[in-house]
Amino acid sequence: MPLDSATTAQQRADARTGQDEREVAGLDALELGPQRLVEPNGFAVWGKRLWDASWPKALALVLVLGAWQAVVWSEWKPEFVFPGPDKVLPVLLGEVTTPRFWEAMQVTMQRALSGFALAVVVGVLVGVAVSRIKPLRAAIGSLITGLQTMPSIVWFPFAMLLYGITESAIMFVIILGAAPSIANGLVSGIDYVSPNLLRVGQVVGLRGIARYRYLIVPAALPTFVAGLKQGWAFAWRSLMAGELLVIIDQQNSIGWALSQARTMNNSERLLSYILIVLIIGIVIDIFFSYADKSIRKRWGIST
Amino acid sequence: MTPVPKDAAAPASPTGTADPPAVRIHDLVKVFGRGKHTLTALDGLSLEVGKGEFVSVLGASGCGKSTLLSLVAGLDAPTAGTVTVGGHRVSMMFQEAALFPWLTVGSNIELPMKVRKVARAERRRRVEELLALVRLSGFSGRLPHQLSGGMRQRVALARALAQDADVLLMDEPFGALDAMTRDILHDELERIWRERDLTVLFVTHNVREAVRLGDRVVLLSSRPGRIIEEFPVVEERPRRIDSVEVAARAASITDRLRAEVARHAA
Repeated sequence: MPLDSATTAQQRADARTGQDEREVAGLDALELGPQRLVEPNGFAVWGKRLWDASWPKALALVLVLGAWQAVVWSEWKPEFVFPGPDKVLPVLLGEVTTPRFWEAMQVTMQRALSGFALAVVVGVLVGVAVSRIKPLRAAIGSLITGLQTMPSIVWFPFAMLLYGITESAIMFVIILGAAPSIANGLVSGIDYVSPNLLRVGQVVGLRGIARYRYLIVPAALPTFVAGLKQGWAFAWRSLMAGELLVIIDQQNSIGWALSQARTMNNSERLLSYILIVLIIGIVIDIFFSYADKSIRKRWGIST
Repeated sequence: MTPVPKDAAAPASPTGTADPPAVRIHDLVKVFGRGKHTLTALDGLSLEVGKGEFVSVLGASGCGKSTLLSLVAGLDAPTAGTVTVGGHRVSMMFQEAALFPWLTVGSNIELPMKVRKVARAERRRRVEELLALVRLSGFSGRLPHQLSGGMRQRVALARALAQDADVLLMDEPFGALDAMTRDILHDELERIWRERDLTVLFVTHNVREAVRLGDRVVLLSSRPGRIIEEFPVVEERPRRIDSVEVAARAASITDRLRAEVARHAA
């Protein structure tokens, strides 16, 4: 706008301020682009997410069933040894409606959850110690990675020697299997907190516990959750190995049902329980993937 | 509030003002490493920044600009010499906004107050006020990754001010932004500097930016860093980065800077 000589400095400044404000607002609007300001939330979105997460699994299931049926049709083994899905699935459906199955399920999941919980406690304690204490890190940092590569079934003979045929033997192996991954996730999460954020923490005055609460823990969370996910996979494998090897007083469990089916030469039941183990693994993986994804999304790590 | 052009020349010499300097840097030395592998980043640097003054610190690579700010902020300890900020609260901004990605814009600004145990109602009020100051009212609930680079830097500025700082150290805060955004943020920074009566120590390697913003431009030598020359900037505010006056002053400073860079060829 043309300013004549009568305009005061005040008026010029006021005009300038208004102009500045519009410029800033305009630039923000341009840079943000035509994106939705508020994510729509509701049943439809939730349903779509569920569908997005489940169709690849459903497709995998169809592929597995197809391949399985194809092998049966090839008559590679007699049908009483290797029955097709048409024989196994009805047995599976019958099995999951029995109280015996739910009892086994309860025992197994209780072991899995308490073993995993203990592994989380041990893993976190070890992880915090290793990341805080320098000599400890030098000494056992690489040991943790080494432990992670060990097949946990190797520990069972020793565990049975230590604890006998008891729950403790199973827990022992679950912890040895899962804790290293969890500790590792925590240590690398803490290690890779961005130096920029650490510097800001210093400027803002974060010290001691507040530094952990407001900065280190949330910053390490995505890597920690990845470690939890991996730890769970190890815990689940250790548990299945344990239930096959350490059978406590004919205690009903998924592993016990598996070995029972084998002794009875009941292929349909055996395959049903293999499928059940697979399904449990997939369901829990969905849960961890969901946690992982929502954290990454919130943190802005990926879209 | 009426923006009155500051008397640019006054704070250059603290003897001319009643207030003691906000930042007094005396004979500052910083040596990194020990034994044979040492690097002298700063070697006897002295500088006084008057209260309410805007000082641009300019230098080529390796002049210890960032080191200087870290020492003033107290993030690092000097090898020798002193930094005095008598009673002033110091805060710092970096080239990266470095907002906490898991916190909303509002919570990021709130954090320094939470650390200092400011009451919740007061925190909420201050967050709103600071958001308005950086023209981001209504963005309180957004996450940092949903904002543009320029907006993130404004949030970082609000967070720095949330520490009740009246001395602001800025380490190339607009270095990663495009020219248009940077230009507009210069206006914004100048406005906020005035409204809040801030003392600013602004590190940059962009000569025009230094002239556009500073009451004074302090030129550092490289390896080791010490002050080789000071240039008062007397041009009336608000200045435009592309004005003839700014360009002319920047040209003479650039010549001096190039001479300093050439000195390292041998």
